[in-house]
Amino acid sequence: MTALTPTLLRASIPGAIRKLDPRQMIHAPVMFVVEVGSVLTTVLAIDDPSAFTILLAIWLWLTVLFANLAEAVAEGRGKAQADALRAARTSAEGRRLDPATGAEHRVPAAELQVGDHVVCEVGDVIPSDGDVIEGVASVDESAVTGESAPVIRESGGDRSAVTGGTKVLSDRIVVRITARPGETFIDRMIALVEGAARQRTPNEIALSVLLTSLTIIFLIAVATLQPLAGYSGALQPVVVLIALLVCLIPTTIGALLSAIGIAGMDRLVQRNVLAMSGRAVEAAGDVSTLLLDKTGTITLGNRQASEFIAAPGVEPLELAAAARRSSLADETPEGRSIVVLAEQQLTAAGRTPETVGAAAEFVPFTAQTRMSGLDDEGRATRKGAGDAITRWLAETGDGLPADVQEAANEIARRGGTPLVVAERAGASDPARALGVVHLKDVVKPGMRERFDELRRMGIRTVMITGDNPLTAAAIAEEAGVDDFLAEAKPEDKMALIRKEQEGGNLVAMTGDGTNDAPALAQADVGVAMNSGTAAAKDAGNMVDLDSDPTKLIEIVEIGKQLLITRGALTTFSVANDVAKYFAILPAMFAALYPGLDRLNVMGLASPESAILSAVVFNALIIIALIPLALRGVRYRPASASSLLQRNLAIYGLGGLAAPFVGIKLLDLVISQIPGVA
Amino acid sequence: MSVGLAAVLQAAVLAAIVAATAGPLGNHLARTFTTDRDLAPERWIYRLGGIDPRADQRWTSYLISLLAFSLASILAVIAFLQLQAHLPLSNGMGAMPFHQALNTAISFTTNTNWQSYSGEAAVGHFAQMAALAVQNFASAAVGIAVVAALIRGFTRERTDRLGSFWVDLVRGVVRVLLPGAAIAAIVLVLGGVVQNLDAPHEITTLTGGHQQLLGGPVASQEAIKELGTNGGGFFNANSAHPLENPSPFTNLFENALMLVIPFGLVSAFGVMVGNRRQARTVSLVMATILGLMVLGTTVSELAHPGTASQLAGAAMEGKETRLGVPASTLFAASTTGTSTGAVNAAHDSLSALAGGALILNMGLGEVAPGGTGSGLYGMLILAMVAVFIAGLMVGRTPEYLGKRLGPGELKLIAGYILVTPALVLLGTGVALAFDGPTSSILNSGPHGLSEVLYAFTSAANNNGSAFGGLTSATTFYDLALALAMLLGRFLPIVLVLALAASIGRQGRVPVTAGTLPTDTRLFAGLLLGVVLVIAGLTYLPALALGPLAEGVR
Repeated sequence: MTALTPTLLRASIPGAIRKLDPRQMIHAPVMFVVEVGSVLTTVLAIDDPSAFTILLAIWLWLTVLFANLAEAVAEGRGKAQADALRAARTSAEGRRLDPATGAEHRVPAAELQVGDHVVCEVGDVIPSDGDVIEGVASVDESAVTGESAPVIRESGGDRSAVTGGTKVLSDRIVVRITARPGETFIDRMIALVEGAARQRTPNEIALSVLLTSLTIIFLIAVATLQPLAGYSGALQPVVVLIALLVCLIPTTIGALLSAIGIAGMDRLVQRNVLAMSGRAVEAAGDVSTLLLDKTGTITLGNRQASEFIAAPGVEPLELAAAARRSSLADETPEGRSIVVLAEQQLTAAGRTPETVGAAAEFVPFTAQTRMSGLDDEGRATRKGAGDAITRWLAETGDGLPADVQEAANEIARRGGTPLVVAERAGASDPARALGVVHLKDVVKPGMRERFDELRRMGIRTVMITGDNPLTAAAIAEEAGVDDFLAEAKPEDKMALIRKEQEGGNLVAMTGDGTNDAPALAQADVGVAMNSGTAAAKDAGNMVDLDSDPTKLIEIVEIGKQLLITRGALTTFSVANDVAKYFAILPAMFAALYPGLDRLNVMGLASPESAILSAVVFNALIIIALIPLALRGVRYRPASASSLLQRNLAIYGLGGLAAPFVGIKLLDLVISQIPGVA
Repeated sequence: MSVGLAAVLQAAVLAAIVAATAGPLGNHLARTFTTDRDLAPERWIYRLGGIDPRADQRWTSYLISLLAFSLASILAVIAFLQLQAHLPLSNGMGAMPFHQALNTAISFTTNTNWQSYSGEAAVGHFAQMAALAVQNFASAAVGIAVVAALIRGFTRERTDRLGSFWVDLVRGVVRVLLPGAAIAAIVLVLGGVVQNLDAPHEITTLTGGHQQLLGGPVASQEAIKELGTNGGGFFNANSAHPLENPSPFTNLFENALMLVIPFGLVSAFGVMVGNRRQARTVSLVMATILGLMVLGTTVSELAHPGTASQLAGAAMEGKETRLGVPASTLFAASTTGTSTGAVNAAHDSLSALAGGALILNMGLGEVAPGGTGSGLYGMLILAMVAVFIAGLMVGRTPEYLGKRLGPGELKLIAGYILVTPALVLLGTGVALAFDGPTSSILNSGPHGLSEVLYAFTSAANNNGSAFGGLTSATTFYDLALALAMLLGRFLPIVLVLALAASIGRQGRVPVTAGTLPTDTRLFAGLLLGVVLVIAGLTYLPALALGPLAEGVR
């Protein structure tokens, strides 16, 4: 992610200047105080110009400008994306169907109302959000998702939602419009990436309250310092008091607060997730229970062969070869996985997988036989469920050997699916069972590690599955989730969310179907898949354009990163004040009380230089920290204790030490300026 | 015995006493505020006052009861002081001027015990006992009630009912303060503190002169003065007066009395929230700050720059030679750390840096360990500030003891940390801006500034000790300091009770590995940093022009 390029910086300057409007500044009270200070200093500098007051006025204005620049840069990063989206929106025109006559009329997209029916054919841009009510089409959604591969949209089911601005690549569909003009998905996206719809989140408000109260305390401390100074016989110039105030109030975090929020949303957008509110992003950081659907999230979509268990007296490789033969023509994912596993084992043993004759005949799976296999020159190979194979064996020979039956039962007990492989060498030979194929759900690679990671972060994962409890337990155990909900119906999911929330947990989940909508709405963080229904997308508070359920984990991390960045910069900002006191207090009062010069531990050259150095440092640190505010503090999943220890060391102790060095270095330069030294 | 050894031994004995009593006292306090059983005398009081002891008040009703009680207390004390000429046992004392009576009434009902008057010259025995001593009990019990209500906010879920103010008040007095003060008074009498209702004795001094020697119900008042972190002395010289504090033994005993309830309450907090480690962390921070203050003031006094003090071996000006430097600085740090305000030495005469340390100790918000109740609720508020900043750094909405700190809570917390610094700085600023108030200052230069700064810091933080030097019995100071005491006491209480309700209304967030642990040494360090940095940054400019300007050469 490019954080801060010179081009972006330059492009943001006009925006930063526009934001100087006090009506906008008042929303950031800390920076508003700085702006008022800048105005006052400017007036005083004009009234009684000196190198010191003029430089002070300039750097106070720069402090305000830098803060605005941070916000403008953060907003600017979303602009390009917004422009592309806008282009897709404006060109659209809809072919509206007259409900009475069925005749088509071309109307601009902006005139389409909820409930209108429109026709879209090859090459048409879908004019607005809606549900397909007739037909099936492939749709290019790259304008929204950035993903070039077309997706199928069809009436009924969970893939009926289409998004305005996307393009039909084949066939013809009729769409019922579901969004009011100006409130389509793309409209909302534009508003989100531009930051126009940004509302301050609860935590951001709480932090602003604290910052405002610190600002008031320092305002009082500085304002009341004047009578104290007057009593002591050293009334201070007003510009010096303003400089002290600006250095003490938490300008660093005050300047970067809104940029951090915008950048947090932007980081989600970069990962193709749209959060409908900042509140949801923050809640993501607080999530303590994660509900994950088994299929597609924790496991790959299909069951796969994991091992062959040979019957007594059968060579393991003989079983593998037979299993392969039985599945050669089987195009199901399970069948293909058997072929792959068998070939791996044969190749590993130095055997070349055999080829079959041209006359070989595929025996497809039917609901009656519940077996499939291959007949090749009189040799019949079959695989199927235990009872189906038992019946087949009984036709020509014995039943299923007890050992094979036992192996099949054991697999079922462990949550897998057993397939028995049997063979009849010739038409006259008796059929015999060769062994069992263990089909099982395959947990996606790396999931166990991710769940361990989540556990260290204090997040409990619950797997949701329609499987029976036995199967569910086995997969839960293998994947390393903390808990599971088996034979889950939508209402069970809802009840689970409620129960977790009553216990004080914040729950996140993903969903795509209409029947997921209530649970998505109930969850604190509900991520709807973009491929899902309009109902699901409306109910959730985030939409994942990639329709990748594992993204939930990244969303949680982004939420945490957002809060950590705020906390780190607040700590840094407050810790900075200590050094500034050591710069400014001796500068103000050492002439009156020479003893106070011992506080000048940095050995700053002159009072004017010391004050200017502190103010310049205060302004430059804002610019220096913009990249961090945009990028976010580096987050590695870890327990709260170790995170605190690390961040306190960096931003707390670092915040104490950094300004001592920075102010000293600046003083070396500034003290060279004529009229300041 | 060297002075250094004496200092260490006294501090060690004091620490041992406080450590030994905190646990049992904490259990007793926790039982006091959680049990359903009423004692017989309590039932009589409830019947007499028409109080339903099982009523569970909403926070607003709890607050209104508290404010009404305090207002009635103020009016009653004013009446006693204004009418004492007509009361028995007054030794001929006349009515106190109104502004002074108002100041005194507010002072005693806010647990400040700033004394604009001189005890032996202005208040008769009856008013001492019926007005001032009663408030010594009542104001201490009010502070304890508020912290009990706050702890209930942590322990309860989905309710803004905080218990009954009247029950908390009565139980605090009947079960904790009265028995404690009774035992302490007996110990003090045994230690030589006077206790009588006599008129002044006429005595002939060694040189043949005549002197009026006033006795009075001193021991009984002294006991609650320290135990309830009140600090208003029977005599003007307070605990430096030989009849209030005759020996090193009574001195150490009085010193311990100040600390036992504040630390005991922390222990009770641990019992009530069901997690003693949380309490130990809070205690650790309080004890560390107190220890630093004792160390700082003692070192500063023993460093004794200047010819006179080098000859004396230490800065002995303003100290009782029978007590010595270590006992004086230990007492000074304890009295400013507990919001007591009793003194056994003239703080005005301490070295400049030690005086500055005492101002800072009060300016921290009286949290090390603070007054009865107020110390703990002050520290818990600061803990929430620490949790808020640090909690963000672990990537969660900050929470303390399972309660989330959202915008609503932060408004109340931010208000709390704003009130006292604003009162102190505005008060000091206003006083120094005008000729009238500045003419009350005895010393010139930075020391004079310290006198005014000390007065407003003491009043707004409800400490009550005086630096001396400042003639504060003027209309300006009586009224300005009364206002500082009044707002410095009740604005925070309003905010604390509102906060208790706000967190009480919440459910409870379960503890996970993602929860910021608030019972570790790391958190203690963080809390210490927050306490020192927030107060330090607020008061440093003022301290620079007072004690620092005077003390750093």
